[in-house]
Parts: sequence; C-alpha cells; structure tokens
Amino acid sequence: MKMKGAEILIESLKKENVECMFGYPGGVVIPIFHYLFNAPFKFILTRHEQGAVHAADGYARASGKVGVALATSGPGATNCVTGIATAHLDSVPLVVFTGQVKRSQIGNDAFQEVDITGITRPITKHNYLVQDIKDLARIIKEAFYIASTGRPGPVLIDVPVDVSNAEHKFSYPEAVHLRGYKPVYEGHSGQIKKACDLIASAKRPVIYAGGGVVISNASKELREFVRKTAIPVTTTLLGLGVFPETDPLSLEMLGMHGTYYANHAVNESDLLIAVGARFDDRVTGDISEFIPHAKVIHIDIDPASVSKTVPVDIPIVGDCKQVLAEMNQIVKQPKIEEWHAEIEKLKREHPLTYDMTDKGMIKPQYVVEEIYRQTKGDAIICTEVGQNQMWAAQFYKYTQPRSFISSGGLGTMGYGFPAAIGAQLARPDKRVIDIAGDGSIQMNIQELIVAVQHRLPVIVAILNNCFLGMVRQWQQLFYEKRYSHTCLNFAPDFVRLAESYGAVGIRIEKYEEVIPAIRKALEITDKPVILDFQVSREENVYPMIPGGKSFKEIIMRELA
Amino acid sequence: MASSNDKHIKQYVISVKVENRFGVLARVAGLFSARGYNIDSLAVSATEQDDVSIMTIVVRGDDRVIEQVKKQLNKLIDIIKVSDHTELPTVEREFVLLKVNALPSKRAEIYQLGEIFKADIADISHKTITLGVKGEPENIDTFIELMRPYGIKELMRTGRVSLLKE
Ligand SMILES: Cc1ncc(C[n+]2csc(CCOP(=O)(O)OP(=O)(O)O)c2C)c(N)n1
Repeated sequence: MKMKGAEILIESLKKENVECMFGYPGGVVIPIFHYLFNAPFKFILTRHEQGAVHAADGYARASGKVGVALATSGPGATNCVTGIATAHLDSVPLVVFTGQVKRSQIGNDAFQEVDITGITRPITKHNYLVQDIKDLARIIKEAFYIASTGRPGPVLIDVPVDVSNAEHKFSYPEAVHLRGYKPVYEGHSGQIKKACDLIASAKRPVIYAGGGVVISNASKELREFVRKTAIPVTTTLLGLGVFPETDPLSLEMLGMHGTYYANHAVNESDLLIAVGARFDDRVTGDISEFIPHAKVIHIDIDPASVSKTVPVDIPIVGDCKQVLAEMNQIVKQPKIEEWHAEIEKLKREHPLTYDMTDKGMIKPQYVVEEIYRQTKGDAIICTEVGQNQMWAAQFYKYTQPRSFISSGGLGTMGYGFPAAIGAQLARPDKRVIDIAGDGSIQMNIQELIVAVQHRLPVIVAILNNCFLGMVRQWQQLFYEKRYSHTCLNFAPDFVRLAESYGAVGIRIEKYEEVIPAIRKALEITDKPVILDFQVSREENVYPMIPGGKSFKEIIMRELA
Repeated sequence: MASSNDKHIKQYVISVKVENRFGVLARVAGLFSARGYNIDSLAVSATEQDDVSIMTIVVRGDDRVIEQVKKQLNKLIDIIKVSDHTELPTVEREFVLLKVNALPSKRAEIYQLGEIFKADIADISHKTITLGVKGEPENIDTFIELMRPYGIKELMRTGRVSLLKE
C-alpha cells in the first residue's frame, strides 16, 4: 500500500516506539501534522520551538530514550538551533525533524527557507536532507540508531514539503547498514588488564566519573567497582548521581565550583581514573598545572575524547558499562588507608558551606538544602544556568543517576524549565523541580502554559537575587565590581505571572516561610507551581577556581 | 602528567575514504575550519567504486593535532575509513599548471627545463608559456623553483593524491 511521506514519517515513529513528541506547526509541516492528528503517541505543543527541543532533551535525559521534536522550516528550524547545540554538547540522543520548502525551491531563498542542514552540521551528530521519498524510512531508522548508539547525540532530518506529500510504499528497514559508523562497545582486554594492574599499585587514586556513566547506565557497575576498590569518587556536573553523594567515599563534584576536597584529591592523586568524562576546561582549569603527579586511565566510548586535552596513559575505548563490568571481574583493592585518612581530614576541614550567620535575606544555598530535605533527595532536579545551577549541584545530594538534569557543555539559560516539562512527562512518578534564576526563567517562561495544559506539577524554584547573578559575581571578582547591565530590578511579579497562566505562585521572603512553601508546592499534584524565593542579592558561589587557573588559586569564601 | 612540549609541526598526508554523497565535502571542510586546522591541499577523487570517493588531505600540525584530526574525521558518519599515509610507503602524484613569462629569448631554456620534467606545453602566447607537469609533489616543488626566476604569472596545483603501495 502506498502512503504519503508524512504518513510514512508517523508510521516510522510508531516503529521506533515513540511515546512522546514535542513540536510546533507551520506551513511546510502541515502534512505531517495532518497525520499526527491520529497518532497513537502524545504530541506536546510547546509555545516555542526552543522549548520543544529542550523538552525532548529533558525527556531523553530523564528516561534514557530518544527525544523527538518537530518544527517548521525557516524560523521554526532556527529556533531549534540552541536546543540542538545544547543536546550535542551533552551527548543527548535526539531526533529533530524540520520541514523544508519543496525541493525545486531549495536554494532560491524561498519563503521560510533556511539551509538548516548547513546550519546544524557542526552541532549535530549527523543530519539529513531527504531528497527522495524512497529514502525517508531508511533515514529515520538510521537517525534513531545514530542518535542513540555510541556516543549519543542529536540527529536532524530536514523534510521538504513535497517529500511529505509524495507517495511511496512503506516498509521500515529491519537493520541499518552504515559502513562508516561502527561504535566500539567492548574495551580492549589487554588495556583493561593493564589498568587493573596500575590500580592495584596506586597509592592515591581517584575516580572521576562523568555524564558518560549516566548515558551508558553504568551507575551500578561503577558502584560495584568502588565497593571492590574503595577508591574515592568525584563526579562532573553531568555525572552527579552516578555515585551516591551521601557515601563516605564520595568527594562530590569537582571543577570550577567543585568541592575543595574533590579538587584537592584530584590534584594530589597519583592515578586518575576517568570514566565517561572528557576533561572539560571547567574541570581541569589550567591544563598545564592539572594533575601534576597522576597517571591517567581513561574509559570512554568516544576515541576523540581520549587524549584530546590531557595525555592519557591507559586509554580504554568502550562503553563504560561493559568496561567497568569487565574490570570488576579482576580488579583488586589497592592499599590506600592513608589516602582515605587524608581525604577524611580534608572533608572535615574544608566542608562545602556558606555563611549561615547572616539572618537577613534568605540564603539561596539554604533553599536548595531545604528542597533536598523536603523531597528526601528523591526528586529530579533540573536547573537553569548560573549560580542557581551551581548551588543546585552543590547543596542537593544526588544519589541516583538521571536525577540531575542540566545544560553542562553549552550552559544554556532557559534550558531547565522546558527540560523539566520533558522530564515530568518521562517520569510521572517523580517530583520534578527546576531550580532557576530570575534571569534564566524568563528565557522560556512561555512554556508555563504547557505545564498547566498537561497538568504537570513541575515546581519552579526561582532563587531570585534580582541579578544575572553569575555574571555579577564575575564582575564583582574580576571587573572592579562594575555591575554593567546585570541588575534585574525591573522584573515581573512572578506570583501574578503564575496565576495568570493558571499555575500557583508563592513568594517567599522570610526564612520561616521556606519550608511551608516547599511543602505546599509538593502537595500540589495537578499543576505547576512557581516558588519565588527572594534571596540574598550578592551571594557568591564558592569554592571557585577562577577560569583558566589552577587548583592552587581556589577561592574558598568572600574576601573581606 | 607531562605536558607535551613537542610542538613539532610537520606535514601529514591523510587519505579519507568517504561515501560519495552530497554534503560530505562540506562536513570534512567544516570540521577543519571549525577546529582551526589548516589544510595545505585537498583533492577529491572518484574511485573504482561508484559510491565511494577518496579525499587526500595534506595538513600541517603536531602529532596531537593530527591525532585529533583523524579521530574527528572518523566520527563523521559518512566517512568510511581514515588512513594516515604520512609514514607509509605510497605512490603520490600531483599536477601543476604554471604560466610563466617567456619572451622569445628565454623560450628555449624554458622548453629545456620543461622537457626534463616531461612537461606538457599547454599554451603559448607572445609573452608567456603555460606548462603542465605531473609528478611527485617534491618534483613539482623543484620545477616551480626552477621556473621562478623567469617570473611565474599564475600557478595552480591540484593537491596530491596518494595510494598505498602493495
Ligand atoms: C542563553 C544564555 N545567555 C547568556 C548566558 C551567560 N550567562 C551565564 S550565567 C548568566 C546569569 C544567569 O542569571 P540568572 O538566571 O538570574 O541566575 P543566577 O546566576 O542569578 O542564579 C548569564 C547571563 C548564558 N549562559 N546563556
């Protein structure tokens, strides 16, 4: 039986067991929307295409499935760009469909034509312009495969409107044939053996676990590895939750705003075991001073991540889950009692903390701690970008993978809230909280109506400091305190804003209001809540290793 | 960790087997430009297989940079195979078209030099001769040097192609 391209597209998504898709219509995708009308899966109409892609991304990160989004050509497609780049840098599996003008018009500057495959070439894992309807099903099959295997990432498929309207027989391929794409999952057993030997003789080893552990669902294997070796673990921002931060062997997060003890331990280590992490500059700071004494074992599925910035002694290219499982068969515990004692002392002497003597305005860190306590650490925390993101990372203790969702690589303000919507759709059984700044939340606030429409009880906790706080912090510390265009004292009334959307809004100005407000928000289960916490205005995030500097230059607290 | 001070810049020849599809060249070129790698030459060639092309890329850098180039190329889905020909036994050829000033008094010399390099005389005008020379890239370099004193008006090299020896 012949089908229209648009119908083939929908049928293909059914074959991929898509349960939820996010998007926004427009001229050249009306044929696709025509068949979406009866599709058996959920379609979420966001109010901006950027929101659709972030929501698909949040859905993917919370569930481990491929996120799917759809937008029209031209402005619809360009509105997806930030979302796609966000997913690309954090290796999130997405398939994004964009409409395109009809084939005969491509290249003519037709109405709403942009070369979106050209624009997204450097920010996708792969992309396609469908030039012939007979290729459509195969391309969709390949896109899902490419997006979700190896090091995952976004794949874009640009579909000209006349391809959507053309007819062809539908048959969904069983398998893909990509001779240029063969991800390696299994680690080299010789390398694994060598790594285990090195581990056995280490005196000051540290595990540095990243987002790759989340992506490969290797948290269980990592925990077993730690149980067998008793090696302390630090994680990156995107690795939060892969190892319980409540465990005595956890050093919590490392890097620019990581804990003192994580950065100190890494700096002093004689062996750094990087698992699914990529030595981002926010982690290493000044590369030439990073890990002066350490040998490096690097387990990663992407060969291009290995020895990219930091030379590696034992590279193991493979899937974290498989490699760790194999190491767990043979690895032995090194003798590191002294190292344990040293780390314990470090943790005692330099805890993660903030000034709790100031009883004036609410401390943002306290709000995060209280959210942790009130949710018993069981929520999915999404974040915006800036100080809110760092406090959310520092003061909530993550114990489960996929419980922390944040734009790490691109640092996209406006990511957290639509991502929270996606996460809530993926995990209706969980409470989802977006920890936000008053700046970031205004970047995609339009999606509030989507949460209202779908009765999603997402909580937005705005740490409202009336500033673009993180930029203000840099201005304070490195630019003579000249707060050029970072003060947000012209702000909406977030309570009335929430109410006008049909959500609940609560403003919190005093310490004693914090707990009741969080509890009240947690009682609401059928609509979103905005908690507008009026927090201390010029609070800074510490510790801080200034950009491009080494651990030695860590700033622990406010200098008088 | 010992930071590599080995900033040894040298020339590498990388042969990349790719799917013969639209957009592949843009992907490869984009990869180089986005990461600030400078390409000395790039030749795109048809092969014995209709659906496969080979790009021979000559690029300058240190070992680390080149390792990254190769890995990044390998990540592209449309790239079938990346081989580094730099240290391997290969046959290499390149072609140059060169227009040189040649007043009648100088023509004989230029012809003679051309003959040594088995040059084609592609065109002659009152004041110039255009020669075409194919050969190993080093020979082409030498030929160009020999022509320089006469005044090269225009010159175009194809970029080398490189095949592994059996
Ligand atoms: C889209 C985007 N634009 C600009 C920035 C640069 N930036 C990083 S943090 C920040 C301030 C964020 O302010 P706010 O959301 O109020 O959070 P706070 O730091 O105060 O917690 C800015 C502007 C960014 N990361 N993303």
